[in-house]
Amino acid sequence: MRIHWASVMVDDQQKALRFYTETLGFKLKHNIPLGEHAWITLVSEEAPEGTELVLEPDEHPAARPFKKALVEDGIPWTGFAVDDVEAEHERLAAKGVRFVQPPTDLGTVVTAVFDDTCGNLIQIQEEKPQP
Amino acid sequence: MDVYRAIADPTRRAILDELVDRSGQSLFELCARLTMKHGINSSRQAITQHLDVLETAGLIRTRREGRSKLHWFEGGPLQAIAERWPISTDERTFER
Repeated sequence: MRIHWASVMVDDQQKALRFYTETLGFKLKHNIPLGEHAWITLVSEEAPEGTELVLEPDEHPAARPFKKALVEDGIPWTGFAVDDVEAEHERLAAKGVRFVQPPTDLGTVVTAVFDDTCGNLIQIQEEKPQP
Repeated sequence: MDVYRAIADPTRRAILDELVDRSGQSLFELCARLTMKHGINSSRQAITQHLDVLETAGLIRTRREGRSKLHWFEGGPLQAIAERWPISTDERTFER
């Protein structure tokens, strides 16, 4: 068994596609129209055969209240690994991405949290080498 | 709850320390800092209760920014303590 996809629930698939590719820099892998919505998956350029991120419409009635409650408490439900949180923060902030938590050194890890403009908070994190 | 009981608890003092370190934190960020920097592994629900106590005592304020609820340290009540029992700089106090 392998972990093949993980989903983020987005309020608008096309807006999400732009943000996750143009702003964050992920690559489109699948974009299959399915009536009103589409099956859209993305991969990292660093791992084109790796786990795919599904941009899932948040249409289920339970989805939006759930997302709202997470954002209210500042909880990022999805996280991405980066080599350098400070550098990513600088790169994304310059593109207008809103950070709700700037880079924060938590000892074993550095984290930051931003708004994906589609109703989610996303954490980026960098593992620090341990002595 | 009054300010004295509010700061009697070590977890609540750690919360204030972290809010002094950075103003305007979400519940998530506070919990992460308490776990990673203080080894405090209380549930989010327990931390919410501590935050309620601190807010009732006037030691923190909350505000919505975007759709998130953020927390700020408010030092006013502690200032009032220092005014009630001023720190004497008069050496004669000790000479009697």
